[in-house]
Amino acid sequence: MRELSRRGLIGAGVGVGLGAAGVGAGVAAGAGGLVAGVARTEPRASSGTRTYPFRGAHQAGIVTPAQDRVHVAAFDVTTFSREDLVALLRRWTEAAERMTRGRPAGPVGPTEGDYDAPPDDTGEALGLPASGLTVTFGFGPGLFGDESGRDRFGLAGRRPAALEELPHFPGDVLDPRRSGGDLVVQACADDPQVAVHAVRNLARLAFGTAGVRWSQLGFGRTSSTTTSQTTPRNLFGFKDGTMNVKAEEGAALVEHVWVGAGDDAGNEADAGWLVGGSYLVARRISMTVEVWDRQSLAEQERVVGRTKGSGAPLSGGTEFSVPDFTLPGRGGPLVPVDSHVAVMHPDRHGGARMLRRGYNFVDGADALGHLDAGLLFLAYVRDPRSGFIPVQQAMSARDALAEYLKVTGSALFAVPPGARAGEFVGQSLFA
Amino acid sequence: MTRLRTLRSRATTASGLLILGLLAAGCTDKSAGAASGGEREGAGDGRSVAVTATDEGCEVSAVTAPQGALTFHVQNAGSEVTEFYLLDSDGLRILGEVENIGPGLTRTLVLTAGAGDYLTACKPGMRGSGVRAAFEVTGTGQDVAPTADDGALVAEATRNYAAYVQDQSAQLLAGTRDFVRAYRAEDDDAARALYPATRVHWERIETVAESFGDLDPKMDLRQADLKPGQRWTGWHRLEKDLWPPAGYDPLSPAQRTAFSEDLLANTRVLDRRVQDLEFSLDQIANGSRGLLDEVATGKVTGEEEAWSHTDLWDFQANLDGARVGYEGVRPVLAGKDGELTATLDRRFAELQTLLDQHRRSEGFVSYERLEDEEVKQLADAVNALSEPLSGLTAAVVS
Repeated sequence: MRELSRRGLIGAGVGVGLGAAGVGAGVAAGAGGLVAGVARTEPRASSGTRTYPFRGAHQAGIVTPAQDRVHVAAFDVTTFSREDLVALLRRWTEAAERMTRGRPAGPVGPTEGDYDAPPDDTGEALGLPASGLTVTFGFGPGLFGDESGRDRFGLAGRRPAALEELPHFPGDVLDPRRSGGDLVVQACADDPQVAVHAVRNLARLAFGTAGVRWSQLGFGRTSSTTTSQTTPRNLFGFKDGTMNVKAEEGAALVEHVWVGAGDDAGNEADAGWLVGGSYLVARRISMTVEVWDRQSLAEQERVVGRTKGSGAPLSGGTEFSVPDFTLPGRGGPLVPVDSHVAVMHPDRHGGARMLRRGYNFVDGADALGHLDAGLLFLAYVRDPRSGFIPVQQAMSARDALAEYLKVTGSALFAVPPGARAGEFVGQSLFA
Repeated sequence: MTRLRTLRSRATTASGLLILGLLAAGCTDKSAGAASGGEREGAGDGRSVAVTATDEGCEVSAVTAPQGALTFHVQNAGSEVTEFYLLDSDGLRILGEVENIGPGLTRTLVLTAGAGDYLTACKPGMRGSGVRAAFEVTGTGQDVAPTADDGALVAEATRNYAAYVQDQSAQLLAGTRDFVRAYRAEDDDAARALYPATRVHWERIETVAESFGDLDPKMDLRQADLKPGQRWTGWHRLEKDLWPPAGYDPLSPAQRTAFSEDLLANTRVLDRRVQDLEFSLDQIANGSRGLLDEVATGKVTGEEEAWSHTDLWDFQANLDGARVGYEGVRPVLAGKDGELTATLDRRFAELQTLLDQHRRSEGFVSYERLEDEEVKQLADAVNALSEPLSGLTAAVVS
């Protein structure tokens, strides 16, 4: 019974005791694909049995239709051994590929192994389908030179110029225990238990080489990454990410998300390994929801610049109407100049767009009895220096919404391209 | 400083009295079928009216409605920005309005109207007298909350509030003079005593002061809120100098002079500006709520006075200002919503009682001396007051 799929599918996807939907998903998983993370599921497949191929030109979990849940974990590498680091990435690649197919993390499984040894899978996903799991890996600045400037892994000559710690933004009250990291794992799934299972097992595989620095659960996706998904709502109750780059926008993905061949020209280091990859900006944005909830609907809409119901800009139309920032009303433009949409709209930033796949979070309550709630901001950009930092600076300085936000965690990672057959993730960096 | 702008400019009607609160009842701006209002509980009693405004027309789904709380769902089906009004039959007095309705959007107007003859009006392009039609509100034999008969009460409330702001500003200016004198004379004990006692006059009118976006950051910016390249001046700059943390490099006498004179000059500008301010009822009510927001985000968390830890002085001052605003509009509220009035009376008193437990001689204990459990109690009491207080504006202007 080795290699038994959690969904009861074997090998290349022959259904065992499952309905048609399950068979469809299984075939897709076995077939693989050129681009990881693009749906390989028949429309009838339920979300539970959906799988996304791990391998491809780009990593899965970026343009993949945003799943409902996320578990992100950042790691500090605790070794100076390049070999150990590479070995970890090999282990992670194998385990992630298995889990994204709905299988156990290890080759044996949670109940099939030596009775006197701990199982090589922790077991909490036993009986659960793949749930659309994707696992996406990234590298933090510390991998290319630690705080003391030490080049632990001989990678200083491969550091992309854009992979610098993000600058301090007004409104940042960063908790170091929720910021930074040498490695990142983003596990997205439609079942939170599946996402947690993935991170937990990868963390277990990392002991001795890397330890968890911070981890964050998210529920309720706040972005849609395909045009077929409706725009979801953040904890302010507003639609979020209307202007998101979507998977169907091939040209926009090339322009705004994937690192291109000439992007690091002028950099002394050779960062060609990142071509086809991206940058992940991760920010833990706390929201003062209690105070927000006491603002009138009129005030809430003025702050956001869109209607709360349909998400249309206050200048009129529907959600996807182009805002008219000059249309006058009584007392100024209908879309106030300091509203979120007026400050953040791509038109105000040379067309800079991001691929966001953020999630809501609530981590219990703080000492005052206020919900520790907010948005786990996750955005993929081609170059944070043009695609994120200026936009964030404008938001910190001028966005009326910033009054209700406090950024408590922040990190930047370079996300390597997808692993091709036989490769481990990030192999191009170590070539 | 927190950055709440509770006096954010709000285009108001001429009267300032009858701007209608919008009810967040899930009935605003629905993208489809928005004019039906069918989702809201209580719809279907004839008090829910659909209005379709176009560039030339103003289609109202009913010409009559029973008295009580009426809801108009105004959909702008035209190509221009529009407004919708309910006017008295003389066509002059505004009972309620929604403005700035962009093309394609739907807004909801909720108001209480007694039996009588009225006019509806759509104003495409926000020009002229609009497309008007007769609208009748019929009696039901039940009492309806008074509508627009509160003119005298409103006038008194707005007059009194303007006087209160001017008085606090005058005391702030006088206190700042004394503070600056002591501080420049390097009489730091005196300056430390005057610091919280003077700042209460700022904190009582904080939402008014913050409405001057140029002055506020110069006078009340916290170091944590500094933007890159921004020069740090104002009260908290001097606070840090008077309560220096370890390793702090004190200001020179010349710097003391420069920073304190700058603060005094800005205080004079503020005092000049408040002389001309007029307040509408909704601004007073919003300001009251806004001061409690300040407590919730800055004082109860101990973030406002990072070095002096005199946050409870500010807490009391914000509460003072909120209570004065509330008491000003209370006669209007009492005629409309006795239950809310009673709740707010009680919650203001409960919060004050709790805060009084931390009084010491002339002031309050240091925030650092508060136990976690005491902070939690204060936070809970702030929430208990803030939540009903957030309904004040809609209640007094509807």
